[in-house]
Amino acid sequence: MQKIRNFCVIAHIDHGKSTLSDRLLEYTNTISKREMQDQALDNMDLERERGITIKSHAIQLSYQRPSDGETYTFNLIDTPGHVDFSYEVSRSIAACEGALLLVDATQGIQAQTISNLYLALDQGLEIIPVVNKIDMPNAMVEEVSDQIVELIGCAPEDIIPASGKTGAGVQDILEAIVERIPPPTGEPEEPLQALIFDSIFNSYRGVIAYFRIMNGTLCKGDKVRFVNTGKEYEADEIGILRMDMVPQQELSAGNVGYIITGIKTSREIKVGDTITHVDRPCEESIQGFEDVKPMVYAGIFPIDNDEYEDLRDSLEKLQLNDAALVFEPETSVALGFGFRCGFLGMLHLEIVQERLSREFDMEVITTVPNVSYFAYTKRGEKLTIHTPSDMPEPTVLDYIEEPYIRAQMITKPDFIGPIITLCLEKRGVLINQLYLTSTRVELTFELPLAEIVFDFYDRLKSISRGYASFDYTPIDYRRSDLVKLDILLNGEAVDALSALVHRSKAEAFGRKICKKLKELLPRQQYKIAIQASIGAKVIARETISALRKDVTAKCYGGDITRKRKLLEKQKKGKKKMRQIGKVQVPQKAFLQVLKLD
Amino acid sequence: MPDQSLYIHVPFCKRACHYCDFHFSTVQKHKKEVLEAMLLELDLRKGELPDRNLCSIYFGGGTPSLLSISELNVFFDHIARYFNWGRKTEITLEANPDDLSEAYLKSLLKETPINRLSIGVQSFAEEDLRYMGRIHTAREAEEVLFKAQDLGFEKLSIDLIFGGPTTSDEIWAANLEKAASLQVQHLSCYALTVEERTALGYRVRKDLSPQPSESRAARQFEYLMAFAERQDYEPYEISNFARKGHRAIHNSLYWQGAPYLGIGPSAHSFDGHRRRRWNVANNGLYLKCLTTGQPPWEEECLTSEQRYNELVLTRLRTLEGLSAKAIQDLGENYLQHFLRQAKSLQAEKLLEEEKGWYRLSRAGRLLADFVARELFWV
Ligand SMILES: Nc1nc2c(ncn2[C@@H]2O[C@H](COP(=O)(O)OP(=O)(O)O)[C@@H](O)[C@H]2O)c(=O)[nH]1
Ligand code: SF4
Ligand SMILES: [Mg+2]
Repeated sequence: MQKIRNFCVIAHIDHGKSTLSDRLLEYTNTISKREMQDQALDNMDLERERGITIKSHAIQLSYQRPSDGETYTFNLIDTPGHVDFSYEVSRSIAACEGALLLVDATQGIQAQTISNLYLALDQGLEIIPVVNKIDMPNAMVEEVSDQIVELIGCAPEDIIPASGKTGAGVQDILEAIVERIPPPTGEPEEPLQALIFDSIFNSYRGVIAYFRIMNGTLCKGDKVRFVNTGKEYEADEIGILRMDMVPQQELSAGNVGYIITGIKTSREIKVGDTITHVDRPCEESIQGFEDVKPMVYAGIFPIDNDEYEDLRDSLEKLQLNDAALVFEPETSVALGFGFRCGFLGMLHLEIVQERLSREFDMEVITTVPNVSYFAYTKRGEKLTIHTPSDMPEPTVLDYIEEPYIRAQMITKPDFIGPIITLCLEKRGVLINQLYLTSTRVELTFELPLAEIVFDFYDRLKSISRGYASFDYTPIDYRRSDLVKLDILLNGEAVDALSALVHRSKAEAFGRKICKKLKELLPRQQYKIAIQASIGAKVIARETISALRKDVTAKCYGGDITRKRKLLEKQKKGKKKMRQIGKVQVPQKAFLQVLKLD
Repeated sequence: MPDQSLYIHVPFCKRACHYCDFHFSTVQKHKKEVLEAMLLELDLRKGELPDRNLCSIYFGGGTPSLLSISELNVFFDHIARYFNWGRKTEITLEANPDDLSEAYLKSLLKETPINRLSIGVQSFAEEDLRYMGRIHTAREAEEVLFKAQDLGFEKLSIDLIFGGPTTSDEIWAANLEKAASLQVQHLSCYALTVEERTALGYRVRKDLSPQPSESRAARQFEYLMAFAERQDYEPYEISNFARKGHRAIHNSLYWQGAPYLGIGPSAHSFDGHRRRRWNVANNGLYLKCLTTGQPPWEEECLTSEQRYNELVLTRLRTLEGLSAKAIQDLGENYLQHFLRQAKSLQAEKLLEEEKGWYRLSRAGRLLADFVARELFWV
């Protein structure tokens, strides 16, 4: 156990975590240069394309110290870098004794650097600060080092300058891991206690859980129990994670590995759960288990009603390896049968939508997303509301509570004004303003989650010209004066476009939505009236005039092919539309309507 | 005699009209070589038509009236090696008014077999002609029509364009009246369309010219249909109107799906079944292909779905419409699909049915593309 080091890499998105991880794999010969595909750890296509790590992964490296020839076993745990997945980050961190804190030398400390750092400090991890991307011409190594010294109170010489691109500093990092990160503690003889920090789905093997053994020893064939779900299984296969899975007969305290138990869906395995033996269970589970709850809900409907069952199949398959996705059947007057789905955040929603299209060839309509609310009735019931149409009638409703978050933003002093204005406009309350250095300010706000779901992040980036980073954690539910805003097309309410909005903003919001719909809906042979209303009161309207002429002038010999192709293409586009009453609504309109500038 | 036709594309114009995206070159330096290459192409491709007898020969362009009488006759001599034509064969020359001098008209009649002129008048109003960038004047257009008729051209057609920003409703009405009073028996009337790769397209993009008004075009089209009815012009295709006995055979063959062979840059051909070919729309490349022995065309073989779509697209534009029988010949599934889709179009009164024939209603003609899309199979 003295020769084991468990660590993770924490960084703000794009600060080079995946790239540096690749270098570590290469320097320890875990992977040859030839096998090296950039960012070997991001193995879903989607991840590689988007350049973000969605699921965390773990890999074992063997490091032979040049000084004395001794070999050390490193378990590197890659953590996801997006706010939507912060619970998974915290579990990955809990499996480690140390962390490389990576800061981009051109960017300096950002919001996720800090939020992830706090998670690591909470778990008592040893921090190895690294200033990355020193090869870049605009690297500000000294300035960024000063920021790090101020942030964590380390000595300037503790900071390792490095580049994931050129490999500079990688040797120093490997040495620091051996020297500074403590070996794991834990008793191999104690009752088994292993933390599940991640799981993946494999279509042949079922669900594979990744764990870190805190105490005890796990052998192949053992009967195990997952403490929080209470389920029992047999350890069909256990092993360690090299570039491939390597089966082992036993693993003991301090080690990181995988277990296969024949579980078929990811939902059966909860990240943060504890594995123990059925025969000799541990007394308590490992701290910090949480059942992750969706933060954002949206309806997902097939474009063609006939594809409802296919959509259900696809969602079930997606769920096999995306434990955070939840869904239940939903019926919409406008869109027919579909599903109300819960997501960790907007990125998660987009990823699900994209995977549906890519992996299952399912084109879907996603409705206006919303957060989940508590509605209190006059009879004193408390209802959880996932969709505006479930909101009780005004006569029955007493009041509504909506979820709040605490948001941390780090920026340059120049942008404090515009950011505060934005947050106030979003119904935020300023909690704290802290100068990290003379050029970096941290702003803490409490905001309704609903206000940041849609365009907050984009707007933050644009008003700060990219110089603001953002992170958030949910805090509580608060009473709010919300109203249901309905959108009507030709007098028919389109439930899929309804939204719950704060009363003070309803009118402006309604006007913007009507205007946006006017841009998004193609003209048709009929006049289309677009209205926004609260209850029976219409608060905004727009009209799309009827298309009077839709005919190409000529159609001679040569034009026939060209024209046919054009009409076929247009028809294909139209297939991606949904008919509501007599109105054709493009698939994308339901989401785009919210991208109000 | 099987219905089949020959199309000759003459890819030259004196000057580019502002709205036109047909293929032509205003550089005439290689005219001689290109014309020779076209004869060569005819030698190579004569076998693509199933029969020796032609129902129609059509010189289109570009501006075929730029060809001299002897240049035209070189073509006829060449065509005669492989094909026959008779008195009933429609032989059309597209012509611009400014090319049609009295001498040229006389020679066309006496020395060539051409028996029909399709004249690019576009408008009898000066402001329209200037806006469109046409070379001729309103007066020239009118005089040419008199002359041609005087000299004995019985089959005359003119093109007219409506819906442009200079074409007021009054001008449009006057244009139609003028055509009728000049005893023009065949009219091709088009709504001004802004094509991307034209001077007009550029001007509209840059906001230098207004986007033509859709409601004006719709109004003028409706006026056109009422006018045609009043003046006994049969609206035998969406953009084509003819007095009795004056329908253009050439156009009609296209819409009926008859085979045609197209010679010259950008010309299209169809074997009457599944194969469509189109020549490269570039005089230089065309020349290069023919001098190096490479085919100047690309081709596609229509799938059954595409054949169905073409059937819908072309037949519905005609007055006779589309018969259930013709669809069924492609397969029962196409008919079922058609009938399913047709139902709501009939309910919306865009499509009419009578004894198994489907036609666009008058309202449907304004929305022909919409109707076709609804009926398409994709
Ligand atoms: N110049 C330079 N670019 C780097 C370095 N490390 C990462 N990058 C680039 O920075 C971007 C983000 O890197 P990535 O490893 O995906 O960051 P992650 O989001 O933290 O995993 C990519 O375009 C990398 O090519 C480095 O050391 N030097
Ligand atoms: S409209 Fe006729 S004359 Fe004018 S550019 Fe086009 S082809 Fe040439
Ligand atoms: Mg990454």
